[in-house]
Amino acid sequence: MHTKPSDSADSEAPLDRSEPPAPQLQEGPRPISSPSPEKRPRSRFGLRSLLLPLLAIGTALVLGALLIVLTDVTVYEAFLENPLLGVGRGFAVIGRAYGAYFVGAFGDPVQLTEALLSGNVPRILRAIYPITETLRISTPYIFAGLAVALGFQGGLFNIGAEGQYFIAGLATVFLGYSLVGVPQLLHLPLALLAGMAGGALWAAIPGYLKAKTGAHEVITTIMLNYISFRFAEYMLDVGGPMARGDGRPVSPEILPSAYLPQFFPGRIELRVNFGFFLALAAAWAVWWLLYKTTLGFEIRTVGKNPRAGRYAGINVPRSIVITMALSGALAGLSAATDILGVLRFMPNAFFSGYGFDAIALALLGKSHPVGVVLASLLFGALRAGARNMQGIARVPLDITSIIQGLIIVFIAAPEIIRQIYRLRGRLEDDGLALARDWGEG
Amino acid sequence: MTDSQTPERSRRRARTLGIAFLLFALGILILFMPSTEPGQQTRFSFVETRAEALQIGDLIFPTRIGLSLLAVLTAFTGAWQLVRGFGRANTVLGIVVGLFILAFLTWAARDQSMNLTGLIKSSLLRAVPITLAALSGVMCERSGVINIGIEGMMLTGAFASAVAASVASSVWMGLVGAMLAGGLMASLLAVLAIRYKVDQIVAGTAINILATGLTGYLNSRFLQRTPELNRPPTFSAFPIPGLSRIPIIGPAVFNHSFAVYLTMALIVIIQVMLFYTRWGLRTRAVGEHPRAADTLGVNVFLTRYINVMLGGMVAGLGGAYLVLSSVARFDELMTAGKGFIGLAAMIFGKWNPIGALGSSLIFGFADSLQTRLAILSIPIPSQFLLMAPYLATVIVLAGVVGRSRPPAADGVPYEKE
Repeated sequence: MHTKPSDSADSEAPLDRSEPPAPQLQEGPRPISSPSPEKRPRSRFGLRSLLLPLLAIGTALVLGALLIVLTDVTVYEAFLENPLLGVGRGFAVIGRAYGAYFVGAFGDPVQLTEALLSGNVPRILRAIYPITETLRISTPYIFAGLAVALGFQGGLFNIGAEGQYFIAGLATVFLGYSLVGVPQLLHLPLALLAGMAGGALWAAIPGYLKAKTGAHEVITTIMLNYISFRFAEYMLDVGGPMARGDGRPVSPEILPSAYLPQFFPGRIELRVNFGFFLALAAAWAVWWLLYKTTLGFEIRTVGKNPRAGRYAGINVPRSIVITMALSGALAGLSAATDILGVLRFMPNAFFSGYGFDAIALALLGKSHPVGVVLASLLFGALRAGARNMQGIARVPLDITSIIQGLIIVFIAAPEIIRQIYRLRGRLEDDGLALARDWGEG
Repeated sequence: MTDSQTPERSRRRARTLGIAFLLFALGILILFMPSTEPGQQTRFSFVETRAEALQIGDLIFPTRIGLSLLAVLTAFTGAWQLVRGFGRANTVLGIVVGLFILAFLTWAARDQSMNLTGLIKSSLLRAVPITLAALSGVMCERSGVINIGIEGMMLTGAFASAVAASVASSVWMGLVGAMLAGGLMASLLAVLAIRYKVDQIVAGTAINILATGLTGYLNSRFLQRTPELNRPPTFSAFPIPGLSRIPIIGPAVFNHSFAVYLTMALIVIIQVMLFYTRWGLRTRAVGEHPRAADTLGVNVFLTRYINVMLGGMVAGLGGAYLVLSSVARFDELMTAGKGFIGLAAMIFGKWNPIGALGSSLIFGFADSLQTRLAILSIPIPSQFLLMAPYLATVIVLAGVVGRSRPPAADGVPYEKE
């Protein structure tokens, strides 16, 4: 029913500027990750393909270290006394900061081995706390990263994970606190489904608009992000429909029957929960969907070349809407697991930050589910470690954002990495040729 | 107007608009009329300062009569549109929406007094940073580079202006610092987008994340430990002699700080530059059809570099305005989405400086109206008014009313053959 309008929107745009001397302008939407189509359907991770991400991460960490040293006054003081002393001081500063970073993310290796050898359970649990935090923070990252990655595979840039998170969070928390007397076996799945549905519906709007009118999903998802912030603010504001009613701008607590079970029941401080397994399952499901099903094939085909997809008989508008909805459902799960597993209520926060980090995750993971999981574990570690680093080495938390931003830059522009390390030949998946025109399809 | 190409389509559109106008009239009657008592009166006042050459008394009229008048006027426009049709339907749409807003104000100010001059003034003040962000977008995108890093550039601009203005204890140095910082961030976007042909949305996202991280990092590393670095002076109001004494407009438009005048001047300058100078022609050519421009000897890369850097400087100014106009300090994430509203304003204003100002004013109006609703005890949650700009942008993007079309080569990296 909406084939015709989008047909015109899709085909008019490239035709408008198909003057003969501009061959690459008429290509229309370009494929997402790999420019060479014959390489794409691989679902394995070669060693070579890990080179670029590893170099990007390493370079970003080195630059981050440089920034830490350059903004440390004590280094300059030592340097003025004696240049050698300054250099030594610089390394000491980095060592302390990144050491704290590592310990905050993975735990103190010495303590860990000692605890394991002693066999003392509380001691072991205390020692593995950093790792559990890393896994906990990774969980929503995996979902959000998968959401953006799935969009990329379908040729769509979902910047709206942030907004989908809020809408899904509202849906989840509402079912979480309002369904009284329902057994956990029913309540928990319902609450999770509510989050998926909320995210999917919210994301289907830009999908539908793109399919029907050609409105670019980047802009519409950004706008919908702000609409959903305001909506969540309204719902949770003091006196709002979903506010707790005790003068605080937060939702009521969800009922225990909607809790996602903890890994370590009875130990509240270890917040990692079964949401992590759900995230891994979701990664597997996305992989299966993309590479083993007809729908996944259609999504990827439309992502690479919608016109080819249309000639092959794929209903492109339908594929766009489905891709966005699935992407939104995944983003919704990041909110649902966060609320059902960790937060237990919904705060009136303005910014979760998942939406933009998710773009970095999808890029770093090359839009592949396995890659996204690995990237999410890394980002989870970075976030978990940053807190320790701030506490011990007094390095502000924001260093993580800087490192993440740099990682995006290096992943998106592998040429820079190649120039730095004088690499010859092509790094696998050379760059990201996502660039398409803006407004109309 | 891409929509009005076929006569059948434009006729259908004209009819839809006519019906929409009638619905607006109906809306006035249904939404506002029932909750108005017969004896209630609306009072609009126009006095902001006592300096105007001519004192205008308050406008007082019975709310019901005012509302009926506005409803009749709107309905008449709708009927006329249906029967005869207006030549410039979009302008008329603007007028009708204006009438509807006026009806809303009439209703909101029943039994109370609303200061229209003050409303215009605060709308303008709130529109300034949005306008600067939108102008930044216009500069970049007219040359074919998508800039969703405006938010990040504003944030760095705000940080740099706070530090520079505090150190030099001069607002002007603050502006210079902001322009440098915004330009620096923009040069990163330019290098990534033009030299390395990185996807421009990815590059913009990277800039936003980097800017958040850098400003937050430097803020907690230095500004929070040495607060003297974060105590910039602010612009003081400078009423333009003569003009500021015009009734109504004077205090609303001509009694501001220099930063506001600078923004207005920038709008005019960029509009003229873009459409009446050689540079503008080249910029637009590069944004629409880079290969043709290249064939004619225009340096596509250089044009894009210059435009993106200039755009970054303008965005930096937007950040500086946030610091130097009233807050007088840098706070983490203080831009709070202004850059993205600017993006919306740019689209809403059809990639055009004057249009950007117009849409920024509408967005600023929604923002300043929102703050007054609570005072007037109107039962509309302020969040819904704050949503309005984004909703309007989605509607425009979807082509429901007057499609907004980007430059043809926007976002497409150029490769020389």
